[in-house]
Amino acid sequence: MNYFEVFGLARRLEIDGAELQRRFYELSRRHHPDFHHGASPDAQAEALEASARLNAAYRALRDPIARIEYLVRLEEGRETREGAEGADVKPQAPPELLAEMFEIQESLAEAQAEARSGTLDEATRETLLTQRERLRERRSDEETRLVNPLSRAWDAAAGAAERAAALRAFKEALATRAYLRTVIADLGEALDEEQGEHVAHHRH
Amino acid sequence: MSRIIGIDLGTTNSLVAYVDDTTGLPRVIPDAEGRRLLPSIVSFTPAGILVGEAARRQLVRQPTSTVYSVKRFMGRGYEDVKDELCYFPFRVCEGEGTVRLQIGDREVTPPEVSAIILKTLRERAEAHFGESIEKTVITVPAYFNDGQRQATRDAGRIAGLDVVRIVNEPTAASLAYGLQKLHEGVVAVYDLGGGTFDISILRIRDGIFEVLATNGNTHLGGDDFDRAVALWLLDDIRERHGVYLGQDAEGMQELRLAAEAAKVRLSTEARTRLTIPFDAFTYHRDVTRADIETLIAPLVLRTLGPCRAALADAGLTAADIDHIVLVGGSTRVPLVRRRVEELFGKTPHSQLNPDEVVALGAAVQAQILAGGITNMLLLDVTPLSLGIETLGGVVSVLISRNTTIPTNAHEMFTTSVDGQTVVDMHVLQGERELVKDCRSLARFELRDVDPMPAGMPKIEVTFLIDANGILQVTARELRTGKAASIEVRPTYGLTEADVERMVDESFEYAEADVEARMLIEVRNEADTVITHVRRALGQGGALVAADECLRIEAALGELERARGGEDRELIRDKTTELNGVTEHLAEVMMDTALRGALESRRADDL
Repeated sequence: MNYFEVFGLARRLEIDGAELQRRFYELSRRHHPDFHHGASPDAQAEALEASARLNAAYRALRDPIARIEYLVRLEEGRETREGAEGADVKPQAPPELLAEMFEIQESLAEAQAEARSGTLDEATRETLLTQRERLRERRSDEETRLVNPLSRAWDAAAGAAERAAALRAFKEALATRAYLRTVIADLGEALDEEQGEHVAHHRH
Repeated sequence: MSRIIGIDLGTTNSLVAYVDDTTGLPRVIPDAEGRRLLPSIVSFTPAGILVGEAARRQLVRQPTSTVYSVKRFMGRGYEDVKDELCYFPFRVCEGEGTVRLQIGDREVTPPEVSAIILKTLRERAEAHFGESIEKTVITVPAYFNDGQRQATRDAGRIAGLDVVRIVNEPTAASLAYGLQKLHEGVVAVYDLGGGTFDISILRIRDGIFEVLATNGNTHLGGDDFDRAVALWLLDDIRERHGVYLGQDAEGMQELRLAAEAAKVRLSTEARTRLTIPFDAFTYHRDVTRADIETLIAPLVLRTLGPCRAALADAGLTAADIDHIVLVGGSTRVPLVRRRVEELFGKTPHSQLNPDEVVALGAAVQAQILAGGITNMLLLDVTPLSLGIETLGGVVSVLISRNTTIPTNAHEMFTTSVDGQTVVDMHVLQGERELVKDCRSLARFELRDVDPMPAGMPKIEVTFLIDANGILQVTARELRTGKAASIEVRPTYGLTEADVERMVDESFEYAEADVEARMLIEVRNEADTVITHVRRALGQGGALVAADECLRIEAALGELERARGGEDRELIRDKTTELNGVTEHLAEVMMDTALRGALESRRADDL
């Protein structure tokens, strides 16, 4: 049973969040081990397994981007592999940003050298902050694009060819996003904001 | 189904509660004297083991064999706690896996000490119901790692209890509040206890309590406030009396207790006066709320980072929080309330007694498991990411923090050498990328792998975090489908064999029987009063009439004679008498001390 099926949903990306939550609560009441405490060991093990699957399904589907990542895995027959970050798509720099990336790598090297010898120079710091802001905007654009038009394109796709095209578009966009995320994290680290960026890092 | 009780095994106090079948409401079970809180203190005296109030009286008398705040040591290794050991009068030493407490010639582990507390609560419940109790829910800080949870469950087993569920304290509190339908929406539970801090953010709707994120610090609480104040007093005494008490276990214990008392009083008053009698001198000191707040401000500040991190993980901002609930005795401190209010921009709730609400919630969860409540359900999360060690000492995350539990992850393993029959795995918890920065949880050994060329075996390992937040690992060889055998070596904590042995031993250890224990209690009480009266006569005898002194001496003599005997009632009566006779002397001494303080202040003004 895949995660869409857990909720009785078709393999579509447009999902009503409130309705999904309502179904999650309803199914939790059915499967959660707390309500099977007095049952036989087999029934308890079954409840545990069903509950773990439900939780995983909800986690994968409630967030529009995580939902796309799951769909890609599912379509490629890798749906059991879960958890490890960025393992699905090889991070790739967006072509229009390639030139800028050299500049950013330079600032990063500079910042690392400065950090080794003491504190970050104010000008370098400013540069890093500006660069990061730009990349965050770019990432946000990519996420918007993933939801609309790309997700809508998948839902509207008629036939295998259109679905394959939609999947390719997802993978490209996800690769760009993964790349941006890594560089944003590197910039954060250079700015000595490891903790803050770490929080963002774990959320999809 | 048999009855299940709910236990809050706290750093400072522990409680037991149940849900009343007729009213459907949770109730705390008091002891025979009507006391609801059981101080989490265990004293190992030559005559037997004392628990709770009786043990508390041994804190100053026998500091090296009286264990308090043992929760701080649960599931901990020596490296974790060595920096704070100098503050504890009892000896803590390195042991295999977990630390050990050295009490006289006896070594005990933290779970064994906790088991003594649990057993006392179990007996309290059994006395209340007049039936044997075998099942319990026990609460733990939400931020407890796997080892700390296992240690808690081991303590239950050693106490002869089947721990049917480990529940997180802040979520338990939310259940107690939720039962009264006080708050729906997004709730932040700020739980600052004696030794631990948790923040949990929940969405409560239609009886579902969904934890969105949790964070905390399992080594931050009221104990640390007391310590900061005690160290300040230590310096002050050195300055004003030229005496350094740092090496004096009894003196330090006096300071710690005085600091705690001052903190409690200053939560409702603006200033208080401390009077601590030592053998050579009596220490007086005026303390204001501002003094305390300066000392504890950095500690209170340390709770705010986890609050922000939890909000970020929940994808929320402070403005999204509908209600803030305060839990734990330390939230009575006004500075804590102010900081929480500032951070969330809302007045926090504390309608339910912050000392009792966790136990009440544990009772509610117990009732859910027993099938007595069917409309409420708790969906909790795992507080820390779980991963395995990969090449180069890097941790590969399998389950992210704040994932709803139960949850599982699958990972494929194979061999790297021809004919290899054993595969090692190292499981860790934590938020850092490198193994050395994470908490080692256990090493697992997959055994009896069929000898094959390297890379051929396909072993699927399933990591399951159950509803208790505890890891279970299973493995299966994919080609044959047969379960693989796994040997678990927990990095911290007890092995299965350890626990078995302790369960057996706990029946053998002769605890003092009730009679003997009560005799020890009244004798201790008498000793305390005798010491205080002697000291008072020495310091203030000249302030009252000679015949009053004689009457006190006479009552003192009578109590001393009674104390030598076995008659509990007589000792108690004589103690009460001596207390009565010395009331006037105490008043006169207090007045003189106050006058002295006022005069010295006037002198300062000049």
